[in-house]
Amino acid sequence: MSRLQGIDFIHRKSFIELNARARAKALLDEGSDRELLGPFERIESPWLPMQGVTPQSEDGCVVMKGTIDGAPAVVVALEGAFQGGSLGEVSGAKMVAALDLAAMDSQAGKPTSAVLLMETGGVRLQEANLGLAVVAEIFASVLTLRRHSPVVTVIAGTVGCFGGMSLAAAASSYVVMTPEARLGLNGPEVIEQESGVEEFDASDRALVWAIHGGTQRYATGLADVLVDDDVAQVSRGVRECIGKGPRTEHRSEQVALYRERIAELDTSQQFDPASLSAAWVRAPGEEKQ
Amino acid sequence: MERLEFEFPAKRTISQRAHVGVVGSNDLEVLLEPLGGDHAQVTVVTSVDGFRDQWSAVLQRFFSTYDGTARIQIHDAGATPGSVLLRLRQAVEVSEA
Repeated sequence: MSRLQGIDFIHRKSFIELNARARAKALLDEGSDRELLGPFERIESPWLPMQGVTPQSEDGCVVMKGTIDGAPAVVVALEGAFQGGSLGEVSGAKMVAALDLAAMDSQAGKPTSAVLLMETGGVRLQEANLGLAVVAEIFASVLTLRRHSPVVTVIAGTVGCFGGMSLAAAASSYVVMTPEARLGLNGPEVIEQESGVEEFDASDRALVWAIHGGTQRYATGLADVLVDDDVAQVSRGVRECIGKGPRTEHRSEQVALYRERIAELDTSQQFDPASLSAAWVRAPGEEKQ
Repeated sequence: MERLEFEFPAKRTISQRAHVGVVGSNDLEVLLEPLGGDHAQVTVVTSVDGFRDQWSAVLQRFFSTYDGTARIQIHDAGATPGSVLLRLRQAVEVSEA
């Protein structure tokens, strides 16, 4: 990654500032994008109004079909501004259907990659069990598709990717992050609430980003590409990943490697983010850029 | 959450639909589409109860300059009247681009 500086920084086109629809559109080849189940189809959450919450017309999940570098691709973008990008019955079903259709096309000889734009806190609490069920389905669909075509998760920020969806990110073929993005199973506030402020101070932004942030996730090999918050860089990162094709060995299959890494950690003293990134060099075959 | 319905006289047929905004804090989503006939229909679903008069006033101001026979659906998450007017005008701009 080359950090944008000076005049380049001023003239960059921010990816983070785009909403879900604009993000999805920005990644597909120009003019190839076609939104599926868009806002005018009015497939909203039936559960939110029952609980006094205003729904959104596409349930905060934008599905766009098109091409990336001329090859078929589907982009699923979660809208972080709506209910924290949370996955409910409808938004989750849309993501599952998009992944499954891409897998069907891929198996039928028309390789279709998937790009998941994750800005999400995970399961939508108002749709509890249905949300949990759909996250399991998404996970299964990612595992199916990744054998045939690349599944690229992009976490741009600033919501980040937490909860059940962090598992889907971890199971993806490739993960693209910006330094502003965060990736983790439990969000900082959850850890603080459960284990106390002495364990984790969620108001300490430097600490939160040093642990969950894109730079650290990249340094420890849990993200594959680190890019600046710039449309061209994010797009390049996604294209680079898709160009590599499906992975032969996914991170989530490297059980022995990660068991060994955890066993080697010296837990007799508190280790900090810097010592962790020094100890967890990127996985073999994944040289630092 | 409250659901409000309004009708305003209109005469100009519009051809393009538009979708703008997001149901995020202090923001709203507007769906505008052709309806035909001699009036415009507005449905507001808002997370903040008890503001029918304010919605009516904002919409009256909007329809003092807009005459499209449109069906407008608003999903509101506590936007201020100023934001509502801006989003409505943005929807018109997209629809007439």
